[in-house]
Amino acid sequence: MSILVLAEHNNASLNAATLAVVAAAKAAGDDIHVLVAGSGCGAVAEEAAQVESVSKVLVSDDPAYAHQLAENISTLVAEVGKGYSHILAAATTTGKNVMPRVAALLDVDQISDIVGVDSADTFRRPIYAGNAIATVQSSAPVKVITVRGTAFDNVAATGGTAAVEQVAAAGDAETSAFIGEEMAESDRPELTAAGIVVSGGRGMGNGENFEILYSLADKLGAAVGASRAAVDAGFVPNDMQVGQTGKIVAPELYVAVGISGAIQHLAGMKESKIIVAINKDEEAPIFQVADYGLVADLFEAVPELTGKV
Amino acid sequence: MKVLVAVKRVIDYNVKVRVKADNTDVDLTNVKMAINPFCEIAVEEAVRLKEQGVASEIVVVSMGPKECQEQIRTALALGADRGIQVQTDEKLDSLAVAKLLKAVYEQEKPDLIILGKQAIDSDNNQTGQMLAALAGLPQGTFASEVKVEEGKANVTREVDGGLQTVALNLPAVVTTDLRLNEPRYASLPNIMKAKRKPLDVKTPEDLGVTITSTISLLKVEPPAERQAGIKVGSVDELVEKLKNEAKVI
Repeated sequence: MSILVLAEHNNASLNAATLAVVAAAKAAGDDIHVLVAGSGCGAVAEEAAQVESVSKVLVSDDPAYAHQLAENISTLVAEVGKGYSHILAAATTTGKNVMPRVAALLDVDQISDIVGVDSADTFRRPIYAGNAIATVQSSAPVKVITVRGTAFDNVAATGGTAAVEQVAAAGDAETSAFIGEEMAESDRPELTAAGIVVSGGRGMGNGENFEILYSLADKLGAAVGASRAAVDAGFVPNDMQVGQTGKIVAPELYVAVGISGAIQHLAGMKESKIIVAINKDEEAPIFQVADYGLVADLFEAVPELTGKV
Repeated sequence: MKVLVAVKRVIDYNVKVRVKADNTDVDLTNVKMAINPFCEIAVEEAVRLKEQGVASEIVVVSMGPKECQEQIRTALALGADRGIQVQTDEKLDSLAVAKLLKAVYEQEKPDLIILGKQAIDSDNNQTGQMLAALAGLPQGTFASEVKVEEGKANVTREVDGGLQTVALNLPAVVTTDLRLNEPRYASLPNIMKAKRKPLDVKTPEDLGVTITSTISLLKVEPPAERQAGIKVGSVDELVEKLKNEAKVI
């Protein structure tokens, strides 16, 4: 019973989300292989070979995989993965895009976004935006699963000595093409990997006011997020959104500023270790989940906080 | 161009979800049901394509018990032309829905199929991708913009680091993200008109699909409750607590 993990990467380096997937794989079995599908992705394969608990790295290096197009990657993963007991990937936008296709090609159901492994065939996953946790059992010959990274502790990125093997590419479906991308440039840590996250909500008033959060974040070495209300109001771009339909984060410290605490938002951050809420409305639901609440005008409290940490 | 839109009947997004006392599932008795919000965005996008003269006909399909005809009627009131209900009282997982949709796709032969990226009950985010794989079609998931021109759909996708644009040969599958559009409200005359629009009922047998599942639901529990903490009186007190009590800064 071997487990195949689909590596998440940008052809240059391995995304840390993969380390959490390997951790989930360890809970389901012990012989863990990592598939790196990309173009010019040799460095990623070498990195994957050093990951703790990985026994083998399979590399398929082909231009068809340069942009992780689901049409192309899924046929490869289904082909390589059909002899495995499990195929796992991170529940990132890439994993969510590819894995249901893999499951359909293998004619099995998929289990999405697991947060716990009870046994090799039984998993826990949030449903109804995290308002309920379902325990599901799979009888599929190959269990196709996506993993919520924040629910598992990353395995070590180094210390492993896996063999690296090449596997043949499965061809280009030629039904889709990559046109371009606009990626947010930031020197701050990535939201889902940051140890501290500072988020702003509708109470920020406008996009310029987020500057006070950026100052606080830079002082703390934190990433900056936002509630859906702030994104929908156009204050900040959507890739900053924390919540059910945005990013799921679980940092050591989450600072919610001017965020009321809609269920939608709580679904994305309530697993954080310590939650701080700063809001002038003392009835705001965010205070019901906050470890430390400060009822104050954020435009005074946040700069003061920046000066004192 | 013909557009097929799939819609799901789910708990209304404003309703607070309660887990049954015996932990077998979520309690849906006497709960307000509605069209899944992402599916509503899918219907709106199809209607906009028709208003732009890109789409000529919009067919809306839903799978489930007779009650899901209400959500088909909602879609018809928003501007879809006709509906198809696939009647079944069985529990449907995403793969089964994708197989039924593939059969409908083969009968209807649409150029574009639009679905919500996920349903707010099961939160699976699978059906569109599975349909695309089964039908051998390209997919543009988590779409924030869709442009159809010269036999292709250019889809801008919301991905983790920002936005990605892909070109898809038609026919293609698109799944909607929140910011693709803001759905309109159905007007009363359109709601009345929708009652007279055609709605066909088919069964999985008609479509040659056997419903199976490899997943069994063992139990459903409420999530661990987070205890409310304390209110601090000042920024100084907050900093002191974070440093000395929580030890996170």
